[in-house]
Amino acid sequence: MPTQVPLVDYLVLGDDPHLVAEECTACGAHFFGRHNACASCFGTEFRRVDVPREGSLSTFSIVHMAAPGIAVPFVAAVVDCGGTSVRANVVNVEPTPERVSLGMKLRLTTFPLGLDDEGVEAVGFGFEPAG
Amino acid sequence: MAEDVWILGIDMTKFGKHPDKDVVDLAAEATMGALADGGVTMRDVGVIGAGNLMGAGGFGQALQKQVGQTGVPVYNVANACATGATALRVAVMAIKAGEVDMGLAVGVEKLAGAGLLAGGTRPPDHNTWTPRGRDGAVAPIDGRLGTETMPGVFAQIGMEYGHRYGGADFELFARISEKNHAHSTLNPKAAYQKKMSLEEIMNDVMIAYPNTRPMCSANCDGAAAAVVVSGAKLKTLSAEQRRRAVKVSASVLTTDPYEEACQILPNVNTLTRNAARQAYEMAGVGPEDLDLIELHDCFATAELVHYDNLMLCEEGGAVDFFESGAPWRDGSSPVNVSGGLESKGHPIAATGIANIWEICTHLRGEAGPRQIEGARVGLAHVIGLGSACGLHILEKAA
Repeated sequence: MPTQVPLVDYLVLGDDPHLVAEECTACGAHFFGRHNACASCFGTEFRRVDVPREGSLSTFSIVHMAAPGIAVPFVAAVVDCGGTSVRANVVNVEPTPERVSLGMKLRLTTFPLGLDDEGVEAVGFGFEPAG
Repeated sequence: MAEDVWILGIDMTKFGKHPDKDVVDLAAEATMGALADGGVTMRDVGVIGAGNLMGAGGFGQALQKQVGQTGVPVYNVANACATGATALRVAVMAIKAGEVDMGLAVGVEKLAGAGLLAGGTRPPDHNTWTPRGRDGAVAPIDGRLGTETMPGVFAQIGMEYGHRYGGADFELFARISEKNHAHSTLNPKAAYQKKMSLEEIMNDVMIAYPNTRPMCSANCDGAAAAVVVSGAKLKTLSAEQRRRAVKVSASVLTTDPYEEACQILPNVNTLTRNAARQAYEMAGVGPEDLDLIELHDCFATAELVHYDNLMLCEEGGAVDFFESGAPWRDGSSPVNVSGGLESKGHPIAATGIANIWEICTHLRGEAGPRQIEGARVGLAHVIGLGSACGLHILEKAA
Protein backbone atom coordinates (compact mmCIF):
# COMPACT_ATOMS: atom_id res chain seq x y z
CA MET A 1 0.00 0.00 0.00
CA PRO A 2 1.65 3.26 -1.10
CA THR A 3 1.85 6.30 1.16
CA GLN A 4 -1.28 8.36 0.66
CA VAL A 5 -1.85 12.11 0.82
CA PRO A 6 -5.24 13.81 0.62
CA LEU A 7 -6.00 16.19 -2.25
CA VAL A 8 -6.73 18.88 0.36
CA ASP A 9 -5.90 18.91 4.03
CA TYR A 10 -9.56 19.03 5.09
CA LEU A 11 -9.95 15.48 3.77
CA VAL A 12 -8.90 13.05 6.51
CA LEU A 13 -7.85 9.63 5.21
CA GLY A 14 -7.67 6.34 7.06
CA ASP A 15 -10.22 3.63 7.78
CA ASP A 16 -13.02 6.16 7.95
CA PRO A 17 -12.32 8.94 5.44
CA HIS A 18 -14.23 12.11 6.16
CA LEU A 19 -14.04 15.89 5.85
CA VAL A 20 -13.22 18.26 8.69
CA ALA A 21 -14.23 21.89 8.96
CA GLU A 22 -12.80 24.70 11.07
CA GLU A 23 -15.58 25.76 13.42
CA CYS A 24 -15.50 29.23 14.94
CA THR A 25 -15.71 28.70 18.70
CA ALA A 26 -17.61 31.95 19.14
CA CYS A 27 -20.39 31.64 16.55
CA GLY A 28 -20.16 28.12 15.09
CA ALA A 29 -19.55 29.16 11.48
CA HIS A 30 -17.76 26.49 9.43
CA PHE A 31 -14.85 27.10 7.07
CA PHE A 32 -12.55 24.94 5.00
CA GLY A 33 -8.87 25.74 4.94
CA ARG A 34 -6.80 28.06 7.09
CA HIS A 35 -8.61 31.21 8.21
CA ASN A 36 -7.08 34.16 10.00
CA ALA A 37 -10.36 35.12 11.64
CA CYS A 38 -14.02 34.24 11.35
CA ALA A 39 -15.66 36.03 8.41
CA SER A 40 -18.91 36.11 10.33
CA CYS A 41 -18.00 37.34 13.82
CA PHE A 42 -14.25 38.11 13.56
CA GLY A 43 -13.40 35.52 16.24
CA THR A 44 -9.90 34.07 16.11
CA GLU A 45 -10.42 30.67 17.81
CA PHE A 46 -11.37 27.65 15.74
CA ARG A 47 -11.85 23.95 16.50
CA ARG A 48 -11.81 21.09 14.00
CA VAL A 49 -15.14 19.33 13.63
CA ASP A 50 -16.15 16.34 11.55
CA VAL A 51 -18.49 16.98 8.64
CA PRO A 52 -21.29 14.41 8.16
CA ARG A 53 -20.56 12.06 5.27
CA GLU A 54 -24.16 12.07 4.07
CA GLY A 55 -25.69 15.03 2.32
CA SER A 56 -28.08 16.26 -0.33
CA LEU A 57 -27.48 18.06 -3.61
CA SER A 58 -28.08 21.80 -3.18
CA THR A 59 -27.14 22.75 -6.73
CA PHE A 60 -25.12 21.51 -9.68
CA SER A 61 -23.96 22.17 -13.20
CA ILE A 62 -22.70 19.69 -15.78
CA VAL A 63 -19.51 21.26 -17.06
CA HIS A 64 -18.66 20.50 -20.70
CA MET A 65 -15.89 22.98 -21.31
CA ALA A 66 -12.97 23.28 -18.93
CA ALA A 67 -9.28 24.12 -18.80
CA PRO A 68 -6.88 21.71 -20.54
CA GLY A 69 -6.28 18.53 -18.53
CA ILE A 70 -9.72 18.44 -16.90
CA ALA A 71 -11.87 15.53 -18.05
CA VAL A 72 -15.32 16.65 -19.22
CA PRO A 73 -18.21 16.44 -18.79
CA PHE A 74 -18.25 16.40 -15.01
CA VAL A 75 -20.89 17.32 -12.43
CA ALA A 76 -19.81 20.33 -10.35
CA ALA A 77 -21.87 20.61 -7.20
CA VAL A 78 -22.58 22.06 -3.80
CA VAL A 79 -23.55 19.38 -1.29
CA ASP A 80 -25.33 20.16 1.98
CA CYS A 81 -23.86 17.87 4.63
CA GLY A 82 -25.98 18.39 7.70
CA GLY A 83 -25.91 22.17 7.39
CA THR A 84 -22.33 22.50 6.12
CA SER A 85 -22.03 23.21 2.40
CA VAL A 86 -19.21 21.45 0.55
CA ARG A 87 -17.87 22.12 -2.94
CA ALA A 88 -17.26 18.85 -4.81
CA ASN A 89 -18.13 16.79 -7.87
CA VAL A 90 -20.94 14.26 -8.00
CA VAL A 91 -19.24 11.04 -9.13
CA ASN A 92 -20.18 7.45 -10.00
CA VAL A 93 -23.18 8.71 -11.93
CA GLU A 94 -23.74 9.43 -15.63
CA PRO A 95 -23.20 13.20 -16.03
CA THR A 96 -26.56 14.00 -17.61
CA PRO A 97 -29.53 16.00 -16.34
CA GLU A 98 -31.63 12.83 -16.38
CA ARG A 99 -29.43 11.17 -13.77
CA VAL A 100 -28.63 14.10 -11.50
CA SER A 101 -31.44 15.81 -9.62
CA LEU A 102 -31.59 18.64 -7.14
CA GLY A 103 -32.07 17.37 -3.61
CA MET A 104 -30.79 13.85 -4.36
CA LYS A 105 -29.20 11.99 -1.45
CA LEU A 106 -25.42 11.64 -1.64
CA ARG A 107 -22.56 10.21 0.40
CA LEU A 108 -18.83 10.95 0.52
CA THR A 109 -16.53 8.69 -1.42
CA THR A 110 -12.79 8.77 -2.01
CA PHE A 111 -10.66 7.60 -4.95
CA PRO A 112 -7.00 7.57 -5.99
CA LEU A 113 -5.66 10.38 -8.19
CA GLY A 114 -2.40 8.72 -9.17
CA LEU A 115 1.19 8.28 -8.00
CA ASP A 116 3.87 10.94 -8.01
CA ASP A 117 7.55 10.41 -8.78
CA GLU A 118 8.18 9.20 -5.25
CA GLY A 119 5.40 6.62 -5.34
CA VAL A 120 3.07 8.67 -3.15
CA GLU A 121 -0.63 8.35 -4.03
CA ALA A 122 -2.94 11.37 -3.86
CA VAL A 123 -6.53 10.68 -2.85
CA GLY A 124 -9.45 12.86 -3.86
CA PHE A 125 -13.08 12.90 -2.81
CA GLY A 126 -16.51 13.35 -4.30
CA PHE A 127 -20.10 12.48 -3.53
CA GLU A 128 -21.91 9.52 -5.03
CA PRO A 129 -25.62 8.71 -5.09
CA ALA A 130 -26.69 7.22 -1.78
CA GLY A 131 -29.79 5.54 -3.20
CA MET B 1 -24.86 68.17 2.76
CA ALA B 2 -23.53 66.06 -0.10
CA GLU B 3 -23.78 67.45 -3.62
CA ASP B 4 -26.20 65.94 -6.08
CA VAL B 5 -24.51 64.42 -9.11
CA TRP B 6 -25.48 64.36 -12.80
CA ILE B 7 -24.22 62.59 -15.87
CA LEU B 8 -23.28 65.39 -18.24
CA GLY B 9 -21.80 63.36 -21.09
CA ILE B 10 -21.57 59.64 -21.79
CA ASP B 11 -20.50 57.41 -24.65
CA MET B 12 -19.70 53.80 -25.49
CA THR B 13 -17.89 52.30 -28.47
CA LYS B 14 -19.57 49.67 -30.57
CA PHE B 15 -18.84 46.36 -28.85
CA GLY B 16 -17.28 43.67 -31.00
CA LYS B 17 -13.94 42.73 -32.54
CA HIS B 18 -11.52 45.65 -32.83
CA PRO B 19 -8.23 43.95 -33.74
CA ASP B 20 -6.57 47.20 -34.87
CA LYS B 21 -7.34 49.11 -31.67
CA ASP B 22 -5.56 48.69 -28.36
CA VAL B 23 -7.23 49.31 -24.99
CA VAL B 24 -6.19 52.96 -24.97
CA ASP B 25 -7.56 53.50 -28.49
CA LEU B 26 -10.93 52.18 -27.36
CA ALA B 27 -10.89 54.05 -24.05
CA ALA B 28 -9.84 57.27 -25.77
CA GLU B 29 -12.67 56.94 -28.27
CA ALA B 30 -15.22 56.57 -25.46
CA THR B 31 -13.58 59.30 -23.36
CA MET B 32 -13.44 61.86 -26.15
CA GLY B 33 -16.98 60.87 -27.10
CA ALA B 34 -18.21 61.44 -23.54
CA LEU B 35 -16.41 64.80 -23.26
CA ALA B 36 -17.88 65.97 -26.58
CA ASP B 37 -21.31 64.68 -25.58
CA GLY B 38 -21.06 66.77 -22.43
CA GLY B 39 -19.64 69.84 -24.19
CA VAL B 40 -16.54 69.93 -21.95
CA THR B 41 -12.83 69.12 -22.21
CA MET B 42 -10.19 67.35 -20.10
CA ARG B 43 -9.41 70.79 -18.63
CA ASP B 44 -12.76 70.63 -16.77
CA VAL B 45 -12.24 67.13 -15.31
CA GLY B 46 -11.01 67.06 -11.72
CA VAL B 47 -10.72 63.32 -11.08
CA ILE B 48 -10.53 60.13 -13.12
CA GLY B 49 -11.79 56.66 -12.16
CA ALA B 50 -10.25 54.17 -14.60
CA GLY B 51 -10.86 50.43 -15.03
CA ASN B 52 -9.19 47.84 -17.24
CA LEU B 53 -9.23 44.45 -15.60
CA MET B 54 -7.09 42.27 -17.85
CA GLY B 55 -4.41 44.75 -18.91
CA ALA B 56 -1.13 45.76 -17.33
CA GLY B 57 -1.45 48.27 -14.48
CA GLY B 58 -1.50 52.03 -14.81
CA PHE B 59 -4.28 52.14 -17.39
CA GLY B 60 -5.59 55.53 -16.22
CA GLN B 61 -2.23 57.18 -16.79
CA ALA B 62 -1.79 55.48 -20.18
CA LEU B 63 -5.15 57.00 -21.13
CA GLN B 64 -4.14 60.46 -19.91
CA LYS B 65 -1.11 60.35 -22.21
CA GLN B 66 -3.46 59.93 -25.16
CA VAL B 67 -6.32 62.28 -24.21
CA GLY B 68 -4.88 64.92 -21.90
CA GLN B 69 -2.34 64.96 -19.09
CA THR B 70 -3.75 67.52 -16.68
CA GLY B 71 -2.26 66.22 -13.47
CA VAL B 72 -5.54 65.33 -11.78
CA PRO B 73 -5.89 62.30 -9.50
CA VAL B 74 -6.32 58.94 -11.23
CA TYR B 75 -7.80 56.00 -9.34
CA ASN B 76 -7.14 52.73 -11.17
CA VAL B 77 -9.84 50.40 -9.94
CA ALA B 78 -10.67 46.71 -10.17
CA ASN B 79 -13.77 44.88 -8.97
CA ALA B 80 -14.09 42.12 -11.56
CA CYS B 81 -17.25 42.67 -13.62
CA ALA B 82 -18.29 45.56 -11.37
CA THR B 83 -15.17 47.54 -12.34
CA GLY B 84 -17.00 50.07 -14.54
CA ALA B 85 -19.52 50.89 -11.83
CA THR B 86 -16.66 51.16 -9.33
CA ALA B 87 -14.87 53.69 -11.58
CA LEU B 88 -18.08 55.71 -11.71
CA ARG B 89 -18.46 55.48 -7.90
CA VAL B 90 -15.02 57.03 -7.50
CA ALA B 91 -15.97 60.06 -9.60
CA VAL B 92 -19.35 60.34 -7.85
CA MET B 93 -17.77 60.12 -4.37
CA ALA B 94 -15.23 62.82 -5.19
CA ILE B 95 -18.05 65.17 -6.25
CA LYS B 96 -20.19 64.29 -3.22
CA ALA B 97 -17.20 64.93 -0.97
CA GLY B 98 -16.94 68.39 -2.48
CA GLU B 99 -13.41 67.76 -3.72
CA VAL B 100 -14.16 68.34 -7.42
CA ASP B 101 -17.13 69.54 -9.46
CA MET B 102 -16.54 67.30 -12.48
CA GLY B 103 -15.14 63.79 -12.90
CA LEU B 104 -14.52 61.18 -15.56
CA ALA B 105 -15.08 57.43 -15.31
CA VAL B 106 -13.80 55.05 -17.98
CA GLY B 107 -13.92 51.28 -18.39
CA VAL B 108 -12.39 49.24 -21.22
CA GLU B 109 -11.57 45.65 -22.07
CA LYS B 110 -10.17 43.69 -25.01
CA LEU B 111 -11.67 40.26 -24.68
CA ALA B 112 -12.49 39.21 -28.26
CA GLY B 113 -11.19 35.70 -28.80
CA ALA B 114 -10.69 35.04 -25.10
CA GLY B 115 -11.76 31.53 -24.20
CA LEU B 116 -13.21 30.27 -21.01
CA LEU B 117 -12.99 32.61 -18.03
CA ALA B 118 -12.38 31.20 -14.62
CA GLY B 119 -11.85 32.55 -11.17
CA GLY B 120 -9.16 31.26 -8.83
CA THR B 121 -5.48 30.59 -9.30
CA ARG B 122 -3.76 27.72 -11.00
CA PRO B 123 -0.71 26.48 -9.12
CA PRO B 124 1.91 24.92 -11.38
CA ASP B 125 2.02 21.15 -11.74
CA HIS B 126 4.87 19.41 -9.91
CA ASN B 127 6.38 15.93 -9.91
CA THR B 128 5.55 15.30 -6.26
CA TRP B 129 2.30 15.86 -4.43
CA THR B 130 3.19 18.94 -2.37
CA PRO B 131 0.56 20.65 -0.20
CA ARG B 132 0.19 24.33 -1.10
CA GLY B 133 -1.98 27.21 0.00
CA ARG B 134 -4.59 27.53 2.71
CA ASP B 135 -6.23 24.21 1.78
CA GLY B 136 -2.94 22.31 1.52
CA ALA B 137 -3.99 21.32 -1.99
CA VAL B 138 -1.54 18.95 -3.71
CA ALA B 139 -3.05 19.57 -7.16
CA PRO B 140 -5.30 22.18 -8.77
CA ILE B 141 -8.83 21.65 -7.46
CA ASP B 142 -10.74 23.27 -10.35
CA GLY B 143 -12.53 20.39 -12.04
CA ARG B 144 -11.72 18.01 -9.18
CA LEU B 145 -13.71 19.73 -6.47
CA GLY B 146 -16.45 21.52 -8.35
CA THR B 147 -15.70 24.23 -10.88
CA GLU B 148 -14.27 27.75 -10.85
CA THR B 149 -15.28 28.50 -14.44
CA MET B 150 -17.83 31.30 -14.76
CA PRO B 151 -20.42 29.39 -16.82
CA GLY B 152 -20.43 26.58 -14.24
CA VAL B 153 -20.52 28.87 -11.22
CA PHE B 154 -23.44 30.88 -12.57
CA ALA B 155 -25.22 27.74 -13.77
CA GLN B 156 -25.20 26.54 -10.16
CA ILE B 157 -26.48 29.93 -8.98
CA GLY B 158 -29.48 29.70 -11.31
CA MET B 159 -30.13 26.02 -10.56
CA GLU B 160 -30.07 26.77 -6.84
CA TYR B 161 -32.91 29.28 -7.35
CA GLY B 162 -34.87 26.61 -9.19
CA HIS B 163 -34.24 24.16 -6.36
CA ARG B 164 -35.57 26.62 -3.80
CA TYR B 165 -38.61 27.92 -5.69
CA GLY B 166 -39.26 25.52 -8.58
CA GLY B 167 -40.09 26.18 -12.21
CA ALA B 168 -36.63 27.06 -13.49
CA ASP B 169 -35.59 24.51 -16.07
CA PHE B 170 -33.23 24.55 -19.07
CA GLU B 171 -35.98 25.81 -21.37
CA LEU B 172 -36.85 28.74 -19.11
CA PHE B 173 -33.25 29.89 -18.91
CA ALA B 174 -32.96 29.51 -22.70
CA ARG B 175 -36.04 31.71 -23.16
CA ILE B 176 -34.35 34.45 -21.16
CA SER B 177 -31.49 34.27 -23.65
CA GLU B 178 -33.99 34.31 -26.52
CA LYS B 179 -35.37 37.60 -25.16
CA ASN B 180 -31.96 39.24 -24.98
CA HIS B 181 -30.88 38.14 -28.44
CA ALA B 182 -34.18 39.46 -29.83
CA HIS B 183 -33.71 42.80 -28.05
CA SER B 184 -30.20 43.24 -29.46
CA THR B 185 -31.44 43.37 -33.07
CA LEU B 186 -32.45 46.99 -32.40
CA ASN B 187 -29.13 48.02 -30.83
CA PRO B 188 -26.45 49.16 -33.29
CA LYS B 189 -23.83 49.14 -30.49
CA ALA B 190 -24.36 45.45 -29.73
CA ALA B 191 -21.60 43.00 -30.64
CA TYR B 192 -24.23 40.55 -31.89
CA GLN B 193 -27.50 41.69 -33.42
CA LYS B 194 -28.92 38.33 -34.47
CA LYS B 195 -32.28 36.92 -33.47
CA MET B 196 -31.96 33.35 -32.25
CA SER B 197 -34.81 30.86 -31.87
CA LEU B 198 -35.31 28.89 -28.68
CA GLU B 199 -34.35 25.69 -30.55
CA GLU B 200 -31.14 27.24 -31.87
CA ILE B 201 -30.21 28.39 -28.37
CA MET B 202 -30.97 25.06 -26.67
CA ASN B 203 -29.17 23.04 -29.36
CA ASP B 204 -26.05 25.20 -29.42
CA VAL B 205 -22.79 24.06 -27.81
CA MET B 206 -23.29 23.22 -24.12
CA ILE B 207 -20.73 25.00 -21.99
CA ALA B 208 -21.97 24.22 -18.46
CA TYR B 209 -25.52 22.84 -18.17
CA PRO B 210 -27.87 24.54 -18.49
CA ASN B 211 -25.82 27.36 -20.11
CA THR B 212 -25.21 26.88 -23.83
CA ARG B 213 -22.89 29.20 -25.70
CA PRO B 214 -25.51 31.88 -26.62
CA MET B 215 -26.60 31.90 -22.96
CA CYS B 216 -23.14 33.11 -21.94
CA SER B 217 -21.96 36.72 -22.05
CA ALA B 218 -20.20 37.51 -25.30
CA ASN B 219 -16.45 38.13 -25.07
CA CYS B 220 -15.64 41.21 -27.13
CA ASP B 221 -13.71 44.48 -27.15
CA GLY B 222 -15.23 47.76 -26.04
CA ALA B 223 -15.07 50.83 -23.86
CA ALA B 224 -17.45 53.25 -22.19
CA ALA B 225 -16.91 56.56 -20.43
CA ALA B 226 -19.01 59.03 -18.46
CA VAL B 227 -18.47 62.61 -17.39
CA VAL B 228 -20.23 63.43 -14.11
CA VAL B 229 -20.83 66.89 -12.69
CA SER B 230 -22.12 68.43 -9.48
CA GLY B 231 -25.57 70.01 -9.46
CA ALA B 232 -24.04 73.36 -8.56
CA LYS B 233 -21.69 73.26 -11.56
CA LEU B 234 -24.48 72.05 -13.87
CA LYS B 235 -26.51 75.17 -13.05
CA THR B 236 -23.75 77.28 -14.64
CA LEU B 237 -23.78 75.36 -17.94
CA SER B 238 -25.87 75.87 -21.08
CA ALA B 239 -29.57 75.11 -21.39
CA GLU B 240 -28.79 72.26 -23.77
CA GLN B 241 -26.29 70.70 -21.34
CA ARG B 242 -28.82 71.02 -18.53
CA ARG B 243 -31.64 69.55 -20.66
CA ARG B 244 -29.65 66.41 -21.53
CA ALA B 245 -28.07 65.89 -18.10
CA VAL B 246 -29.22 62.72 -16.32
CA LYS B 247 -29.53 62.71 -12.54
CA VAL B 248 -27.60 60.06 -10.63
CA SER B 249 -30.27 59.50 -7.98
CA ALA B 250 -28.38 56.61 -6.42
CA SER B 251 -24.84 55.27 -6.75
CA VAL B 252 -24.16 52.23 -4.57
CA LEU B 253 -21.43 49.64 -4.16
CA THR B 254 -21.75 46.60 -1.87
CA THR B 255 -19.83 43.42 -1.16
CA ASP B 256 -21.21 40.06 -0.06
CA PRO B 257 -21.86 39.79 3.70
CA TYR B 258 -21.06 36.46 5.37
CA GLU B 259 -23.69 33.72 5.03
CA GLU B 260 -23.35 29.95 5.27
CA ALA B 261 -21.99 28.56 1.96
CA CYS B 262 -20.89 31.98 0.65
CA GLN B 263 -17.26 30.86 0.50
CA ILE B 264 -18.32 27.62 -1.26
CA LEU B 265 -20.52 29.08 -4.03
CA PRO B 266 -20.57 32.87 -4.49
CA ASN B 267 -23.79 34.39 -3.16
CA VAL B 268 -24.81 37.07 -5.66
CA ASN B 269 -28.23 37.51 -4.11
CA THR B 270 -27.87 39.23 -0.75
CA LEU B 271 -25.37 41.85 -1.89
CA THR B 272 -27.61 42.75 -4.83
CA ARG B 273 -30.69 42.97 -2.64
CA ASN B 274 -28.76 45.14 -0.16
CA ALA B 275 -27.56 47.43 -2.96
CA ALA B 276 -31.06 47.67 -4.39
CA ARG B 277 -32.59 48.56 -1.01
CA GLN B 278 -30.01 51.27 -0.43
CA ALA B 279 -30.48 52.63 -3.93
CA TYR B 280 -34.28 52.70 -3.87
CA GLU B 281 -34.15 54.52 -0.55
CA MET B 282 -31.52 57.01 -1.72
CA ALA B 283 -33.44 57.72 -4.91
CA GLY B 284 -36.87 57.78 -3.29
CA VAL B 285 -38.25 55.38 -5.92
CA GLY B 286 -39.44 51.79 -5.89
CA PRO B 287 -38.99 49.01 -8.44
CA GLU B 288 -42.47 49.79 -9.80
CA ASP B 289 -41.20 53.24 -10.82
CA LEU B 290 -38.49 51.85 -13.09
CA ASP B 291 -39.11 52.27 -16.82
CA LEU B 292 -36.18 50.08 -17.81
CA ILE B 293 -33.49 47.95 -16.17
CA GLU B 294 -30.07 46.90 -17.43
CA LEU B 295 -28.97 44.07 -15.16
CA HIS B 296 -26.01 41.71 -15.08
CA ASP B 297 -26.94 38.78 -17.33
CA CYS B 298 -23.41 37.39 -17.44
CA PHE B 299 -25.30 34.14 -18.06
CA ALA B 300 -28.99 33.52 -18.71
CA THR B 301 -29.07 31.65 -15.38
CA ALA B 302 -27.93 34.84 -13.61
CA GLU B 303 -30.64 37.08 -15.04
CA LEU B 304 -33.40 35.04 -13.41
CA VAL B 305 -32.10 35.47 -9.86
CA HIS B 306 -31.65 39.20 -10.30
CA TYR B 307 -35.35 39.75 -11.10
CA ASP B 308 -35.85 38.66 -7.48
CA ASN B 309 -32.74 40.33 -6.02
CA LEU B 310 -33.65 43.70 -7.53
CA MET B 311 -37.19 43.24 -6.19
CA LEU B 312 -38.74 43.51 -9.64
CA CYS B 313 -40.95 40.67 -8.45
CA GLU B 314 -41.87 39.30 -5.06
CA GLU B 315 -39.44 36.97 -3.30
CA GLY B 316 -39.45 33.59 -5.04
CA GLY B 317 -41.47 34.98 -7.94
CA ALA B 318 -38.83 35.31 -10.67
CA VAL B 319 -40.16 32.48 -12.83
CA ASP B 320 -43.71 33.85 -12.76
CA PHE B 321 -42.31 37.32 -13.48
CA PHE B 322 -40.57 36.04 -16.62
CA GLU B 323 -43.59 33.98 -17.70
CA SER B 324 -45.81 37.08 -17.43
CA GLY B 325 -43.81 38.74 -20.21
CA ALA B 326 -42.85 41.64 -17.93
CA PRO B 327 -39.12 41.76 -18.80
CA TRP B 328 -39.62 41.88 -22.58
CA ARG B 329 -39.27 45.34 -24.15
CA ASP B 330 -43.04 45.61 -24.50
CA GLY B 331 -43.65 44.40 -20.94
CA SER B 332 -44.19 46.28 -17.71
CA SER B 333 -40.55 46.04 -16.61
CA PRO B 334 -38.22 45.97 -19.65
CA VAL B 335 -34.98 44.17 -18.79
CA ASN B 336 -31.88 44.38 -20.99
CA VAL B 337 -33.43 46.04 -24.03
CA SER B 338 -29.81 46.62 -25.09
CA GLY B 339 -29.42 42.87 -25.62
CA GLY B 340 -27.68 42.45 -22.28
CA LEU B 341 -24.27 40.95 -21.73
CA GLU B 342 -25.31 37.86 -23.68
CA SER B 343 -25.81 39.70 -26.94
CA LYS B 344 -24.59 43.29 -26.59
CA GLY B 345 -21.39 41.86 -25.11
CA HIS B 346 -19.32 42.04 -21.96
CA PRO B 347 -15.94 43.74 -22.23
CA ILE B 348 -15.59 43.38 -18.50
CA ALA B 349 -14.50 46.79 -17.20
CA ALA B 350 -16.65 48.64 -19.75
CA THR B 351 -19.95 46.99 -18.89
CA GLY B 352 -20.70 48.93 -15.70
CA ILE B 353 -20.64 52.21 -17.64
CA ALA B 354 -22.03 50.85 -20.92
CA ASN B 355 -25.27 49.77 -19.29
CA ILE B 356 -25.59 53.27 -17.84
CA TRP B 357 -25.07 54.66 -21.34
CA GLU B 358 -28.05 52.56 -22.46
CA ILE B 359 -30.26 53.90 -19.66
CA CYS B 360 -29.19 57.52 -20.32
CA THR B 361 -29.90 57.16 -24.02
CA HIS B 362 -33.48 56.15 -23.31
CA LEU B 363 -33.94 58.82 -20.62
CA ARG B 364 -32.77 61.43 -23.15
CA GLY B 365 -35.24 60.12 -25.73
CA GLU B 366 -32.36 59.29 -28.09
CA ALA B 367 -32.69 55.49 -28.37
CA GLY B 368 -34.31 55.46 -31.81
CA PRO B 369 -36.15 52.26 -32.82
CA ARG B 370 -35.49 50.62 -29.44
CA GLN B 371 -36.65 53.64 -27.40
CA ILE B 372 -38.74 52.74 -24.35
CA GLU B 373 -41.40 55.42 -24.72
CA GLY B 374 -41.58 58.01 -21.97
CA ALA B 375 -38.65 56.55 -20.02
CA ARG B 376 -37.95 58.70 -16.97
CA VAL B 377 -36.27 56.36 -14.45
CA GLY B 378 -33.81 53.53 -15.04
CA LEU B 379 -31.63 51.14 -13.04
CA ALA B 380 -28.21 49.77 -13.99
CA HIS B 381 -26.70 46.78 -12.13
CA VAL B 382 -23.43 44.88 -12.33
CA ILE B 383 -21.91 42.11 -10.21
CA GLY B 384 -18.26 41.16 -10.02
CA LEU B 385 -17.36 37.87 -8.39
CA GLY B 386 -15.38 38.00 -5.20
CA SER B 387 -17.82 39.86 -4.86
CA ALA B 388 -18.97 43.43 -5.56
CA CYS B 389 -22.30 44.85 -6.73
CA GLY B 390 -22.51 48.26 -8.41
CA LEU B 391 -25.95 49.76 -8.74
CA HIS B 392 -27.08 53.10 -10.12
CA ILE B 393 -30.52 54.67 -10.41
CA LEU B 394 -30.78 57.35 -13.07
CA GLU B 395 -33.50 59.89 -13.71
CA LYS B 396 -34.35 62.18 -16.59
CA ALA B 397 -33.79 65.87 -15.96
CA ALA B 398 -37.12 67.44 -15.01
